[in-house]
Amino acid sequence: MLENIQATVEAWPFLAEGLWVTIQLTVLGSALALVLAIILGLMAGAPTRALAVPGRIIIEFFRGTSLVVQLFFIFFVLPQFGIDLPGMVVGVLALGLNYGAYAAEVVRGSIASVPRGQWEATTALSMSPVHRMRRVIFPQAWALMIPSLASLMVHLLKGTAIVSVILLQDFTFHLDQLRRVTDTTWAYAVVGLVGYFVLALALTLVMNALEARAKHRLGRGPSLREILSPTPTGKDSLATAGRGT
Amino acid sequence: MPTPTDTADTADTPIIEFRDVEKRFGDNVVLKDLDFHVNRGERVTLIGPSGSGKTTILRLVMTLEEATDGMILIDGDPLTHRIVDGRRVRLSNREIKRTRTRIGMVFQQFNLFPNMTVIQNITESPIHVLGQSRAEATRRARDLLHQVGLDDKADAHPSSLSGGQQQRVAIARALAMDPEILLLDEVTSALDPEIVGEVLGILRRIAEDTDITMLIVTHEMQFARDVSDRVLMFDGGSIVEDADPDTMFTAPAHERTRKFLRAVLGEGQIGTR
Amino acid sequence: MQEQAEIWDWEMFFRALPPVLEGFLTVTLLVTVVGTAIAAVLGLVWAMLIRLAPQPVSGIVKWVVAFIRMTPIVVQLLFAYYAFLMFDAMTIGIVVFGIHYSTYMSEVYRAGIDAVPKGQWEATTALSMSTRRTWAAVVIPQALRATVPALGNYAISMFKDTPFLLVIGVVEMVNAAQIFGGNNFRYVEAITLAGIIFLLASYPTSVLIRRMEKRLAYAH
Repeated sequence: MLENIQATVEAWPFLAEGLWVTIQLTVLGSALALVLAIILGLMAGAPTRALAVPGRIIIEFFRGTSLVVQLFFIFFVLPQFGIDLPGMVVGVLALGLNYGAYAAEVVRGSIASVPRGQWEATTALSMSPVHRMRRVIFPQAWALMIPSLASLMVHLLKGTAIVSVILLQDFTFHLDQLRRVTDTTWAYAVVGLVGYFVLALALTLVMNALEARAKHRLGRGPSLREILSPTPTGKDSLATAGRGT
Repeated sequence: MPTPTDTADTADTPIIEFRDVEKRFGDNVVLKDLDFHVNRGERVTLIGPSGSGKTTILRLVMTLEEATDGMILIDGDPLTHRIVDGRRVRLSNREIKRTRTRIGMVFQQFNLFPNMTVIQNITESPIHVLGQSRAEATRRARDLLHQVGLDDKADAHPSSLSGGQQQRVAIARALAMDPEILLLDEVTSALDPEIVGEVLGILRRIAEDTDITMLIVTHEMQFARDVSDRVLMFDGGSIVEDADPDTMFTAPAHERTRKFLRAVLGEGQIGTR
Repeated sequence: MQEQAEIWDWEMFFRALPPVLEGFLTVTLLVTVVGTAIAAVLGLVWAMLIRLAPQPVSGIVKWVVAFIRMTPIVVQLLFAYYAFLMFDAMTIGIVVFGIHYSTYMSEVYRAGIDAVPKGQWEATTALSMSTRRTWAAVVIPQALRATVPALGNYAISMFKDTPFLLVIGVVEMVNAAQIFGGNNFRYVEAITLAGIIFLLASYPTSVLIRRMEKRLAYAH
């Protein structure tokens, strides 16, 4: 046990580098996925067929073919047509496209869940489609979609572990190196799985905080400060000032 | 349906007795120091505004809830708790079950099992709890279905039946257990007004043809009047008035009762809450 | 050696068919079917343990299930592969997929059990049904109805995750495509073929499941 800890400490610089690669893949991949999700989600949910049909096709295409197929396509096939991308870009692209398609469904579904009355009110107030989406519909849909998006983000984090097959030296890659100087259980289970678990928990916590903030902005819940404060029923003026109806 | 029995020797023990019963949900005290009894073969209706505790009483007798203090006795036997050396002790689940099989209940929402046919719903507990053979349980179930007028629905699924039909099946299911006590919790409140009559008709026949003790919560005042031996008016968890139907409905003694009946009967048919 | 000028070579495509299809039929499908079966059964075991077992068993199971669910299947595959050297990669793959997806299914079962209306439980009390009978005859049949579509969706999910098996050397469909591509210095036909098979298998199935979902809802 002690030698394992010693070896791990020695290997820490490499592990940290691997962790950093994993974190980059997760954050950048999620960012791309979110952008694509909003674009595709709005397209697929649009009333005009000219937008909805292509949107639906793209979504089903990237959901139906597998992540690894997409990864291999970008990594193996594109270079044959002159498009040679660095490893990190390949990874981020594949993760963003694949999970973006899943997230697009979440976006579309959440927008559709915003109560009918909200849409009707914007019509009564003569708001343009862009205006109403930006100021009324999307902010409400946002609060609804965060839990599902958070879950997809954890899936994305778990998906980053496959990039070692395209020679990206992420956390999983370095776990294999660690295995050679310690043992299987220590490297993969104790360091590896626990490490990813901690990352997933951190991700979930951040998304929960985001959700609380989004709900509070809609007047549907306490502010983040209230949730985090140690006093059970805070009577400070900030609480009463920030709370909606 | 259960046949009339000779009750001369057990006439003294009430079949249901509440002693000092309290039921609270957290800080909300629904029943406090409640004492009342129901005699064997009696038909007692509980009336009163919602939240007055009348449904809670039924749920306590059916052991869907347990009293937080006091004792409930069924035919002299404690239902869920007994007093041992001055301390209130809970009975074992097996002991509770033994008493509970003598009690049956029909729910407002029918609660038929959607994954079973009508006949399976009715025979389920007679086979597995009362130990009847499948052949006998089925024979008795068909007999009950005949009595509620649903002979041809034996192999149907609850989802293909109307609300009134489902409730009639629910009544048959409860009676298949041969209960000594039948609890009826607003059994017509979820039905269309035109269907209410067919279900009440069956309950009237049960009241006429059998000796089964009935504890009823209902808004159907005419039915209550026709069927009951006693009517209890509840408010805020206590009994406001306890009288026979004629007195209760024509000349109630308490102002609270008068107010309630005026509101309920004055507006005609009472719908669901 | 001339430059790869053509975008698509049909001859290469048909040469890629046998190895890719073989990977699909002998490995991908097998892992999906057996893995889903394991996940379906084990998931129910977890859900019932969490619900019915006393503490600390219930709490421990809950945490272990969450831990497995939130960590990468790739790392779990690698761990099992090196830890259980007596088993071949395919067996390890099937078991790991089965266990990993059983943790998703446990959530589905939990939701399905919670969705059984309270009135059903009360009716079983009113009829004095035993705990065993209550679960076997009333609760599980109703909970299962909601879980069948979800099980189908997770089967499709597992199907699309099978390429992860290549980290432990299993030659499933995508690995076969990659090997073919590597041997022939051309990847586009083989990889595209793998993608087409995935799409053809998963898209119609998910449409069917969506339809089944609508039909299975009980009319109340």
